[in-house]
Amino acid sequence: MNIHEYQGKELLREYGVAVPNGKVAFSADEAVEAAKELGSAVSVVKAQIHAGGRGKAGGVKIAKTLDEVRTYAEELLGKTLVTHQTGPEGKEVKRLFIEEGSDIQSEYYVGLVMDRASSRVVMMASEEGGTEIEEVAEKNPEKIFREYIDPAVGMQPYQARRLAFNINIPKDLLKQAVKFMLGLYNVYMEKDCSVAEINPLVTTGDGSVMALDAKLNFDSNALYRQKDILEYRDLDEEDPKEIEASKFDLSYIALDGNIGCMVNGAGLAMSTMDIIKYYNGDPANFLDVGGGATAEKVTEAFKIILEDDQVKGIYVNIFGGIMKCDVIADGVVEATKQIGLEIPLVVRLEGTNVETGKQILEESGLNITAADSMADGAQKIVSQVQ
Amino acid sequence: MSIFIDKDTKVVVQGITGSTGLFHTQQALAYGTQIVGGVTPGKGGTEIEGVPVFDTLHDAVIETGANATVIYVPPAFAADAIIEAVDEEMDLAICITEGIPVSDMMNVKRFMEGKKTRLVGPNCPGVITPEECKIGIMPGYIHKKGHVGVVSRSGTLTYEAVHQLSTNGVGQSTAVGIGGDPVNGTNFIDVLKEFNEDDDTKAVIMIGEIGGTAEEEAAEWIRDNMDKPVVGFIGGRTAPPGKRMGHAGAIISGGKGTADEKIKTLESCGVDVADTPAEIGDTLISSLKQNNLFEKCLTHDPQ
Repeated sequence: MNIHEYQGKELLREYGVAVPNGKVAFSADEAVEAAKELGSAVSVVKAQIHAGGRGKAGGVKIAKTLDEVRTYAEELLGKTLVTHQTGPEGKEVKRLFIEEGSDIQSEYYVGLVMDRASSRVVMMASEEGGTEIEEVAEKNPEKIFREYIDPAVGMQPYQARRLAFNINIPKDLLKQAVKFMLGLYNVYMEKDCSVAEINPLVTTGDGSVMALDAKLNFDSNALYRQKDILEYRDLDEEDPKEIEASKFDLSYIALDGNIGCMVNGAGLAMSTMDIIKYYNGDPANFLDVGGGATAEKVTEAFKIILEDDQVKGIYVNIFGGIMKCDVIADGVVEATKQIGLEIPLVVRLEGTNVETGKQILEESGLNITAADSMADGAQKIVSQVQ
Repeated sequence: MSIFIDKDTKVVVQGITGSTGLFHTQQALAYGTQIVGGVTPGKGGTEIEGVPVFDTLHDAVIETGANATVIYVPPAFAADAIIEAVDEEMDLAICITEGIPVSDMMNVKRFMEGKKTRLVGPNCPGVITPEECKIGIMPGYIHKKGHVGVVSRSGTLTYEAVHQLSTNGVGQSTAVGIGGDPVNGTNFIDVLKEFNEDDDTKAVIMIGEIGGTAEEEAAEWIRDNMDKPVVGFIGGRTAPPGKRMGHAGAIISGGKGTADEKIKTLESCGVDVADTPAEIGDTLISSLKQNNLFEKCLTHDPQ
């Protein structure tokens, strides 16, 4: 799960990680009010969307007067920002973060992620602040320093010191840098983050070490024990179909194509997209109904696909293990009863209770094309949609 | 022969009285697996499906002599169950549970360092040695006894591959689901090593997916160490970057972990990669034929 920059900074502040003063604003009036309260000579007006690259896309403005704050706020609110992370359709700005300007001396990068090879959290730091870490990794890999953290004892101060020395943070700011890094590590662990990235971390003229930006992502598996993080969820940032699917505990991801897919199992669901593409079709979604789905859940899943206007045909590909084929068939029939079916439907059933499942579909009188195998089904739906 | 489990494996079920644990215990018993006990704290002294239930894993092991455990405990309590199994020095712990927080698994891995237990999973379908022992949630009937080893990060994709083999008359030695989580107990290389040393396994199918670099590491290990033919498949060629595709570990991040990269590495290390999941079986069979192993691996009549 992602949260906004201003929410991330709120969390960081709780953990003693220094951030500039700032306030969230949902309107131009609120933005001006926030700037007034902050009372700094310069205010930064920052668009809040769940994507990086906002600065380059014109989503961050420096205002020297309250009038400028108003002008920029009016310009940004409602604007669709297109960054390299939003995709070509961009994201509409609905919230702003008004922050006091900082007297930046130097920019650095500090980030925490889980390293899969070692199964440990790694803190990465670099002198190349402001640049994306992937780009640094490619062009100047020697400029990235890493500290692997033993979960038994947590991040140690010497590790933070070593990073600070390696990235040449001024020695008189060492204490603050160490406090910053240890605080960041504590947020990461206690709040079950999957990514905590500060880019840039800055040193300022008045001698502080601060997070100028903050990107925090969270492990969705751990949200059950992070109720306060769940409060930060912004549904405006999510695809409505994905929100609907999440209510029923379905794993759904919207894509650009026109062939809706309903599959059981994540691996098979991904491969079903692959095989549709292989036969020159275009999948409209990834959808894993899971292993233990009920007919009701299948019905909801099928409805989400049917309600997508882009979808011109549907491919149901099931290898029943725990998932029984008759449950799938019942769900499909129920969903089409509720909202009708006017587009081609190809069903491939294999595994547990396959005969009962096929029989249910046959007796339903629905216009369904049966497929003998995964490849056969993919070819059939692609040709029917074209 | 086989790897990890066989007809002599004695299994305890942690979480035996939950609905998932109970259903799969019934299935495993019907398959012929030796389920010798179950654990549900507070229900010790009772019996379910003719299997004695214990309060702790320790009691269950003392009483039954079990050497393996399968874990069907809900995600919030699963790390505790795995650590209990490791502390009990089980030979094998198979964790089916999906949705365990990553930080819990990091602690589990740390705890396991230097310990005896092999953990398979979590978030996996389990392990099956056909016609001998089934531990997990895979449909038993699609598997046939034979000489092809299967190792995979995906459950249903494994069933797909196994089904293709079985319908073509090619049986399996053991099928191992290592699971779809970013932190897991057993990786591809661990399983490949076992298959390489298992006399009964003549060839291996390895099924990977996007995310991480486990397939690349396995490919290099195969090139340097594997004496048997390996064919592969990688799911998620068309997956968009930055999205978690169902499995917690199936995500392309920072341009790393793409299917194309994995396929390229596998092929350069001598692994034949199937173009589509529908061709995994055929790819394996043609590899068997090239290596003069097909006759040996043809274990039953094609259906």
